[in-house]
Amino acid sequence: MSGIVEKLSLYFEYPFVRYALIVGVLIALCSSLLGVTLVLKRFSFIGDGLSHVAFGGIAIASVLNLTNQMFLVLPITILCAILLLRTGQNTKINGDAAVAMISVGALAIGYLLLNIFSASGNLSGDVCTTLFGSTSILTLSKAQVWYSVVLSLVVILIFVFFYHKIFAVTFDENFANATGINGKAYNLLIAIVIAVIIVLAMNLVGSLLISALVIFPALSAMRVFKNFKAVTICSALLSVFCAALGIVISILAGTPVGSTIVAVNIFAFGFCFLVDKVSGGVG
Amino acid sequence: MAQLTCHNLTLGYDGKIVLKGLDFSVNRGDYLFIVGANGSGKSTLMKTILNLHSPLDGKIMTGDGLKPQEIGYLPQQTIVQKDFPASVWEIVLSGCLNRCGLRPFYNRKEKQLARQNIERMGISPLAKGCFRELSGGQQQRVLLARALCATGKMLLLDEPVSGLDPKMTKEMYELINRLNQDGITIIMISHDMNAALQYASHILHIGEPIFFGTRQVYIDSKINQGFSSQKGGEKG
Repeated sequence: MSGIVEKLSLYFEYPFVRYALIVGVLIALCSSLLGVTLVLKRFSFIGDGLSHVAFGGIAIASVLNLTNQMFLVLPITILCAILLLRTGQNTKINGDAAVAMISVGALAIGYLLLNIFSASGNLSGDVCTTLFGSTSILTLSKAQVWYSVVLSLVVILIFVFFYHKIFAVTFDENFANATGINGKAYNLLIAIVIAVIIVLAMNLVGSLLISALVIFPALSAMRVFKNFKAVTICSALLSVFCAALGIVISILAGTPVGSTIVAVNIFAFGFCFLVDKVSGGVG
Repeated sequence: MAQLTCHNLTLGYDGKIVLKGLDFSVNRGDYLFIVGANGSGKSTLMKTILNLHSPLDGKIMTGDGLKPQEIGYLPQQTIVQKDFPASVWEIVLSGCLNRCGLRPFYNRKEKQLARQNIERMGISPLAKGCFRELSGGQQQRVLLARALCATGKMLLLDEPVSGLDPKMTKEMYELINRLNQDGITIIMISHDMNAALQYASHILHIGEPIFFGTRQVYIDSKINQGFSSQKGGEKG
């Protein structure tokens, strides 16, 4: 045990490890906040779809040789998020079909672009990094950390400020609209925020595993708690705990960060599932 | 002036006309049943009244101190709500949201209002409970309390008794009737002709031909006979 503590304190002397922990925890917190809403709105897969869009965006950005990819990736992802959440009401293409379409399409185009134009010698390595986020969280620069911290705080503030509105729009959009709440505007807000979160989270777990970060804490919390506030708080705490634990384990055991965090989340879900089965839920 | 006036309304969606030439008005304290066969445009009419749809032609006007956003609404339940983790208190309180404006949290007055309406619906013991674990009748009471938080003037109810057993159905009608006697205007979309003939002050029958008038005139008219026998046929 003391060996582990010693090893950890040694690692934490490196700034990149501290950065990884800070950014990881903040991103986990943000993604879990809106996770509850997305799961309940039947948009569990939007995280997956948008992360693939972000992957496509990164591919375009690297083909164009942009120094700061975020300025291209973020707008593209936000645009797609708005389009996807809008199709929810459009009967021509169902929400889930639209998500699947954009998700697979963006993934394919992104890989195609990288394949045709990439100057890098290690293409499959690059792609693997983007998809699974294997090491990029450990190579964050100070500027990137600040950037992530600011965006996370903005997301958290927006969520707290609009918490009751988000609840109303999620629970019953028609009622909200009928009583003079601008449901469309809040859906737009949710779309933008989720896009920001996904672009942020790409650093942490990569584009394939983002869905896990969004939906697992929400699903786990919904197993145990039965009111919206408790579910939201529990999913936030759970997500932070799992992210921190996952990062620590990955440092100690040398496993990939993203997949380790997701694995911890899966264990947490299993635990919550058991709690629900045994006790029939609390409060 | 009437609280709600629909003038020469043409309804439909995707350019398809469902209903044409609809004229009716609702006064303060009225109890209007909107009846008609499936697909006759009842739901479309309701969504238009609630400003969720815009009419293809014609006008909907509110008056007598009623603003368009002050129509409380009891929707049919959606799939989303079946497994939504929310407490009764959270749901009822969300009815007060249109009073908040940009303010992010509820103030004491709004919480007081929510508490009163929970009491009014007789669900105080359930306030901390989980919505999805309640019975159908209890869930309707919760949603009714929420609608009452949004307005004290007019309620629009969409098939409020569908899925309820006969005892709960009766209780629900009694409850709505009491609200009407308290001065709240009720507009109800329903299949239940017997209830319409028992409780309504006015009846709007959508279909061919369109009928709008008081209950007594409706009973005397032939449309009722046609519709009743049709209903009887369905059951048999």
